[in-house]
Amino acid sequence: MSADPKVFLMGEEVGEYQGAYKISKGLLEKYGPERVLDTPITEAGFAGIGVGAAYYGLRPVVEFMTFNFSMQAIDHIINSAAKSNYMSAGQISVPIVFRGPNGAAAGVGAQHSQCYASWYGACPGLKVLTPYSSEDARGLLKAAIRDPDPVVFLENELLYGESFPVTAEALDSSFCLPIGKAKIEREGKDVTITAYSKMVGYALKAAETLAKEGISAEVINLRSIRPLDRSTINNSVRKTNRLVTVEEGFPQHGVGAEICTSVIEESFGYLDAPVERIAGADVPMPYAANLERMAVPQVEDIVRAAKRACYRSVPLAAAA
Amino acid sequence: MSLSAPKFVQPLSPHHTHRSIGSPMSFHASTPFLGSTHKLRFIAPIKLNPRSPSTVVSVSDVVKDKKRKSTTNLLITKEEGLVLYEDMILGRSFEDMCAQMYYRGKMFGFVHLYNGQEAVSTGFIKLLKKEDSVVSTYRDHVHALSKGVPARAVMSELFGKATGCSRGQGGSMHMFSKEHNLIGGFAFIAEGIPVATGAAFSSKYRREVLKEADCDHVTVAFFGDGTCNNGQFYECLNMAALWKLPIVFVVENNLWAIGMSHLRSTSDPEIWKKGPAFGMPGVHVDGMDVLKVREVAKEAVERARRGEGPTLVECETYRFRGHSLADPDELRDPAEKAHYAGRDPISALKKYMIENKLASEQQLKAIEKKIDEVVEEAVEFADASPHPPRSQLLENVFADPKGFGIGPDGKYRCEDPKFTEGTAHV
Repeated sequence: MSADPKVFLMGEEVGEYQGAYKISKGLLEKYGPERVLDTPITEAGFAGIGVGAAYYGLRPVVEFMTFNFSMQAIDHIINSAAKSNYMSAGQISVPIVFRGPNGAAAGVGAQHSQCYASWYGACPGLKVLTPYSSEDARGLLKAAIRDPDPVVFLENELLYGESFPVTAEALDSSFCLPIGKAKIEREGKDVTITAYSKMVGYALKAAETLAKEGISAEVINLRSIRPLDRSTINNSVRKTNRLVTVEEGFPQHGVGAEICTSVIEESFGYLDAPVERIAGADVPMPYAANLERMAVPQVEDIVRAAKRACYRSVPLAAAA
Repeated sequence: MSLSAPKFVQPLSPHHTHRSIGSPMSFHASTPFLGSTHKLRFIAPIKLNPRSPSTVVSVSDVVKDKKRKSTTNLLITKEEGLVLYEDMILGRSFEDMCAQMYYRGKMFGFVHLYNGQEAVSTGFIKLLKKEDSVVSTYRDHVHALSKGVPARAVMSELFGKATGCSRGQGGSMHMFSKEHNLIGGFAFIAEGIPVATGAAFSSKYRREVLKEADCDHVTVAFFGDGTCNNGQFYECLNMAALWKLPIVFVVENNLWAIGMSHLRSTSDPEIWKKGPAFGMPGVHVDGMDVLKVREVAKEAVERARRGEGPTLVECETYRFRGHSLADPDELRDPAEKAHYAGRDPISALKKYMIENKLASEQQLKAIEKKIDEVVEEAVEFADASPHPPRSQLLENVFADPKGFGIGPDGKYRCEDPKFTEGTAHV
């Protein structure tokens, strides 16, 4: 926002309330109410207003209090933002960013817990990013705002509270990460585990556990759901010969489904074991704490699936 | 009353001292809208007959006739008063207990409390029959209690136990009860309004198409001031008026949507005016006074029951606590909070009943004690209840159990006795 006066932030409670999750704290004070706009509860309206502003060269950052609420505005994200550059044959570009927390939090029920990565990731014309660490968030958000295309930036409420080590390079004001490039968080040689957002943390913990049992897991932080970094994933699988995909969202037509297919199409000969796909349970998110734990992948689930891929015998499913 | 055009630039910074309700603001002349008002504005076809402003607020011809027949000029009988008092005390004690339990870690996620707004829930829901439907938002504990869902079922639901009214699947924001016709509990605001309109539609359909002659069920939809900026609200006002659906739209205008003041987010803050734009009466009532609410509610519900169509009722009320238990509630002016705390609906009703000799201090204290015991018992019940079993995870995703499709052995998954034992996909 300091580099480009055309960038403005719009959303519910982003100004005076300092952000529903305090993400935009201090921005109202720094940039004033013309650039940090508190909106009424009108997702379709303000998403549409953002798109219209983007048509004319402004760079809106539209915040949804959670991505579940983006369903009220999904018509604008898909139809007026994603498809416009194509429909107008390149005359109109839409440099807009839709951001907000995505996926499950703790005990918030079915209507607040859905993961939208696969829905938005299916749409041509959109770019979909999922940061994990602070470095990801900083670099990818800058890249998203500078990008001339509509970007859906899926954060995670539970990750807001986590701290990550940050390099000096990342703190530099022009630090920017490329869109469409995954990051190998941990090198390994026995099995490839792909994950995004909160599940990267779980995958790293699972890799620690697996290392103690002699399995060296390579953890890939996807960072970018669309465009998906197929070459990094495939190169990794060609090295390790086994794949486990992890995601929090629903299993059918999920991100894992796309990754498994990509690997089977391009690296079938290199696979030594069937691909393993871990996803959230195929149910709306229950509220009760024990059921919620069962509906979201846990570290033990990743460990079990990785062992299955390595043909080790595994204990029965974890207890509630 | 004139409103100067609101400026696009909101002249507020985080350190701005918050103005109290009564003082004039840059885009809002001082107005009789905010603060207690004894005027009730019905737009045609109901005529307005102002009477002495002491206790009676709303008058229509029907209500006036009833008043002449009663022997006293009081609004309620003793029995009715005790019922109303008990219901409001139940709502207040329950919500206070929820706060305690949340800070002890027994409930989690989002919890939105209703303290201060009890008059609206009690005023409306106590007039309804069991078959009438109620639709609410995430601030629905007290609507559930007023509609008749037992306190222990609501508390268990909040604890996430299998004995809750939604068996632990829904939580604070998703209270459902088919028996009591409470159809939610919706987390997205304005989502409940079309659903409520549909419930009203089904009532009319059953009467006219399916010829169930005595089906005159009314639906009451509760929602807040923030909702009134959402498109779904207007779409439903239009259709309900067009098709004359038996529904009452109740706006619980507590002036704040999380941290967004109603005046900052709405071009014309007088919500009741939006009713006549769609061809239905729009009414504004003091939502801190249960008797006034009840008078208006009677009229609106009777209108719907007679088949005359919807009504939009705006209740000016206030929530004493923050938006949710996680809200630091820093933006609201303490003077505003004190102003409304002085208009606590429970104290107002207590005062009315004692002054008019409808009940004694001891009787009311006995009710409070009884309710305390009910709420304590609800907590014990919820504590002692079991967590939902593993098999419940996969239940009720579909009403048709075959919805999970065919398993690898070629048979329907639901026929496999082991299917509901684990998660669906690991």
